[in-house]
Amino acid sequence: MINRFLRITFVLTGLVLLLPATGSAETPLPVIHEPEGEGVKCVEPEEVMRRDHMNFILHQRDETVHEGIRTSKYSFAECINCHVEPDDSGNIADVDSKDHFCNGCHEYAAVTIDCFECHADRPQKFIDRGGKSASLQEEMHQMLTANEGTGGELK
Amino acid sequence: MSDCVNQSRRSFLEKSAAVGAITIAPGILLHQVANAKPDDQPVSDSVRWGMLINTNNCEQGCTDCIDACNTEHGLVGNNRPQSDTQYIRKVTLRDKMTGHELSLPMMCQHCETAPCVDVCPTGASFKRKDGIALVDKHICIGCRYCMMACPYKARSFVHEEVKNQTLSAPRGKGTVESCTMCVHRVDKDQIPACVEACSKGKHDAMMFGDLNDPNSEISKELEKHGGKQIRADLQLNTAVRYQGL
Amino acid sequence: MKKIEYTAIKGNSLAYYGLLGGLGLVMLIGLLAVWHMEHNGHYVTGMTNQIVWGMPHVFAVFLIVAASGALNVASIASVFRKEDYEPLARLSGLLAIALLAGGLVVLLLDLGRPDRLIVAMTYYNFKSIFAWNIILYTGFFAIVGIYIWFMMDHSMYRFKKQAGLAAFVWRLILTTGTGSIFGFLVARSAYDAALMAPMFIIMSFSFGLAIFILVLMASYNWTGRELGDEVVSRLRNLLGVFVAAVLYFVIVYHLTNLYITEHHGVEKFILLEGGQFTRVFWIGQIILGGLVPLALIYAPGVRNCRKTLAVICTLIIIGGLSTMYTIIIGGQAYPLEMFPGYEVSSTFFDGVVNDYTPSIYEIALGVGGVAVSLVIVAFVIKVLPFLPSSLADNK
Repeated sequence: MINRFLRITFVLTGLVLLLPATGSAETPLPVIHEPEGEGVKCVEPEEVMRRDHMNFILHQRDETVHEGIRTSKYSFAECINCHVEPDDSGNIADVDSKDHFCNGCHEYAAVTIDCFECHADRPQKFIDRGGKSASLQEEMHQMLTANEGTGGELK
Repeated sequence: MSDCVNQSRRSFLEKSAAVGAITIAPGILLHQVANAKPDDQPVSDSVRWGMLINTNNCEQGCTDCIDACNTEHGLVGNNRPQSDTQYIRKVTLRDKMTGHELSLPMMCQHCETAPCVDVCPTGASFKRKDGIALVDKHICIGCRYCMMACPYKARSFVHEEVKNQTLSAPRGKGTVESCTMCVHRVDKDQIPACVEACSKGKHDAMMFGDLNDPNSEISKELEKHGGKQIRADLQLNTAVRYQGL
Repeated sequence: MKKIEYTAIKGNSLAYYGLLGGLGLVMLIGLLAVWHMEHNGHYVTGMTNQIVWGMPHVFAVFLIVAASGALNVASIASVFRKEDYEPLARLSGLLAIALLAGGLVVLLLDLGRPDRLIVAMTYYNFKSIFAWNIILYTGFFAIVGIYIWFMMDHSMYRFKKQAGLAAFVWRLILTTGTGSIFGFLVARSAYDAALMAPMFIIMSFSFGLAIFILVLMASYNWTGRELGDEVVSRLRNLLGVFVAAVLYFVIVYHLTNLYITEHHGVEKFILLEGGQFTRVFWIGQIILGGLVPLALIYAPGVRNCRKTLAVICTLIIIGGLSTMYTIIIGGQAYPLEMFPGYEVSSTFFDGVVNDYTPSIYEIALGVGGVAVSLVIVAFVIKVLPFLPSSLADNK
């Protein structure tokens, strides 16, 4: 009885493992929209970011929330400001769609991200608050528009 | 250069200050009173941020502080007053025996020995070294025990999905939140939005400053005219004090 | 001592599969309710910023309290060396685990972020009684599991008494912790009492035993096994003692509060002016949960039959849920006393009694948790030998 059960399990596992060979259509790789501009670079090299961006984010969040350290190199808001841009028709993708910078890869890799439950998925300047804007937002907006064109790293 | 500017501001204010009355002019002076903390330095316990509220100057119908807070944090009501978030609210009191009425703004009291910090199972509810009680929403599991424990009913639970959050208040469904004493502003040498709105509206009912600095405006005011804690019998040593209670 | 033979139930009748199916359906409905609450946010429930814990917590705390009490029978056998209770020890341990599992399922699925369960298991604030409870609950599963193993495995049988003692001490600490969830809170007038912890312990005795008796009678009745009157009457008498003890604690709690002027407001609320809470307190907790069961157990004219005992146990369960409702929800409905001597009003419902109407989703979740407990018992007694094949009287 156990043997029969084991045998069936092995056969099924083998079949499942062969599944990738059956399809000729691959899941399309995510399209990564790089921010435009001369000499625009991310705060870390691409290979480092690809593997470790979550570590930078997780470390920074603890430092910011618990210690009040608000340096901008690994600031989450800065990542969003640079990477989340409107497309050619001026629309910004929702974080749920695969056209969003973060979600494109995350959906492909099937890694759920939690950030956007609480954090806005687009730069503040693209959020219409009907004229009411908080003072700090104004400040950040001014700071960001003043630094536009100088590249990724502020300060 | 900033010192020069503020010195002349200070002498100007001293000359024009009203005699006798308890005048509070927080917003303008505070810029040079606050310790300018560089962005890459952690906060320290040499500073303890606090607020002083003069209920004698608080008008019953006025909601300037509330409106400012809601705008600052992007708190949008969903027409569900029982479950919509309120970081700060106006409380109207009427003495049962004397009939005397007063109103005051009520928010997180940032207690020194905060019950919300004691009861949080994951440590998401915590006190920063400079005295501000916060919720680390990254590790909040939404159990709401802190809401049960808070003697001031200061905390709100996010009952629905939130989108288009402000920079100053990342907030999302299923976590607990409360007044942060505008920690994002305080870290940039500004004062909380409610205090700023109150002083902009010339009500002079709210003051913010460093309780650990005996020379700060708020410490001097507290020394001169005192300031009570709400539910003082609990001995939580709140950072928010009230006059006129 | 007569050797007891334990056998698994056959569990191949239509009625048995119907029972499992029915309970499974209830669990499924509970899960659907959870999905609705989690997906849309808690605004779909009756819980608000004022009534923070609602029906799910009433059910969860009830099940958790009953779980530690259900272990009582096994403790009486192993720790207090009453051999007459020995045959019931295995079922007692199983029921304890099942009830705790059901209660925890309800508690965890009501969290605002249940996906962060792993955070709750890895970040600990050791000053929080809640954090201690997480350790106590998971430890309870382990300790009672080991206890059951020692009871069932002949090679470990000689360590059964030590395991039983460990389980007994652990469940006392656990229930103390559960009561202290409320007892440690200074904020609310109805809590902030050291009496909460021992009161929860004595309530666990009563609720746990009531559920145990019902499960015992049902499982023997429905499998055609013999359940002698000796066993039943012993449990019945024990139940009477526990119900009386619970009433004593409730009286002490309220009398003390009535003496303290500071607490007169909340007492007046619960005992007189609380509307639904006053009704639930008097009718549910005191009359149905305390006085009627006492009368049925001790009054001379009442027939000592199984049906009456089943009614008594059901009433005690109703009383237990009513108690949890009064404590948990009634305690939140009464406003916080922030400004003594003042009438208070605000946009955040300060100074007013908060109303609460449970939503169908919360009730479905709570009942789903009960179904989880029952499914565990029903399934495990088919797979493993937990029930003695006969509990007939020794002639």
